[in-house]
Amino acid sequence: MLAALIIVFREVFEAGLIIGIVLAVTGSVPHRNRWIGGGVLAGVAAACLVAAFAGVLSQLFEGMGQELFNAAILGIAVIMLTWHNVWMARHGKEMAGELLAMGQAVAKGSKSLLALAVVVGLAVLREGSEVVLFLYGVAASDGGSALSLLTGGVLGLVLGGAVCLMTYFGLMRIPPRALFATTTVLITLLAAGMAAQAVALLARANWLTSLDRVVWDSAWLLSEDSVPGRTLHTLVGYTDQPTVMQLVIYAAVVLATIVLMRLIRAERKAPAMAAG
Amino acid sequence: MLALTMIRKLAFAALCLAALAPLSAAQAQQAAELQVTYSDGQFQPNELRAPAGKSVAVRIKNLSGKAMEFESHALKVEKVIPAKGEGVVNVRAQKAGRYEFFDEFNEKARGALIVE
Repeated sequence: MLAALIIVFREVFEAGLIIGIVLAVTGSVPHRNRWIGGGVLAGVAAACLVAAFAGVLSQLFEGMGQELFNAAILGIAVIMLTWHNVWMARHGKEMAGELLAMGQAVAKGSKSLLALAVVVGLAVLREGSEVVLFLYGVAASDGGSALSLLTGGVLGLVLGGAVCLMTYFGLMRIPPRALFATTTVLITLLAAGMAAQAVALLARANWLTSLDRVVWDSAWLLSEDSVPGRTLHTLVGYTDQPTVMQLVIYAAVVLATIVLMRLIRAERKAPAMAAG
Repeated sequence: MLALTMIRKLAFAALCLAALAPLSAAQAQQAAELQVTYSDGQFQPNELRAPAGKSVAVRIKNLSGKAMEFESHALKVEKVIPAKGEGVVNVRAQKAGRYEFFDEFNEKARGALIVE
């Protein structure tokens, strides 16, 4: 039972962190629970679908279907997160300052909520398909032990939910004024880390083998498989053996976010804003 | 507003291009392939050997009726292998040493890649 708990928990841990952050980011947006809940449900449904077709998926692209699929998922999440940051740079102040009528704020807010709901759905999908496969394997095996394993699996899910809540309430302790800046940084690093993970997946699929020299090995200091290592891996993309390409892409995403946000802010101040 | 839309579009186009450009240059050197089968919670053989400094591909055949996840922290690989299915993981060139792998869904099932 404990083994099942650990396996499931390890998979849902990452999704839990991400959902917690998204909940904190959207703290003041009306109807956010509906969107995020929708994202989770869509993610679970998609995870079941992916698990059901795991055999087909893994045969695609000369056996590299899983890697490429996951890399694509991460790529989309990176774009959604970056878009959210840029969008907030443009509309965040208006919304916080209640310059917009409530109805308008909802309409505008829902655009950004959709992006974040997609991120949540993708996070659940990515980790969830493995949970589904594991639990399915458990359920398919003989009776007695299956029940205890399933119990473990469910407890693992509950613990994942606890991680999500802890992340959320942890972030909510930050004063509202500082929260926006904090979550902007968090989301930028989250996106950069996901991009670096996507690079690793493409490298595994032999699709992106340039600049694949390992720059350093900090496993002795902080192993990627320890709990702090895993947490940092999810939050800021920590990896104990980054390649040159991973570092380049990581920096590129951070830089692109900063440049885009600056550009948009400059735009906001320009007279053209009246039309926007 | 128009300028903004343009900037946004250009920026994203640039991002996408940057992301895609290296893909077109994708090359797959032929790597030596090692084989391992998995059944009854055991890898067969449970020790693989590979030369140091050369990338290898490991083909895993899962003969059992359950999905398994071939994983190695040391080699930085993880891959779900469906029931009665098979999969290949690419392992980049490694220094000499012993690199453990296991089934993440059943950690008692262990083996190692010995690079020498």
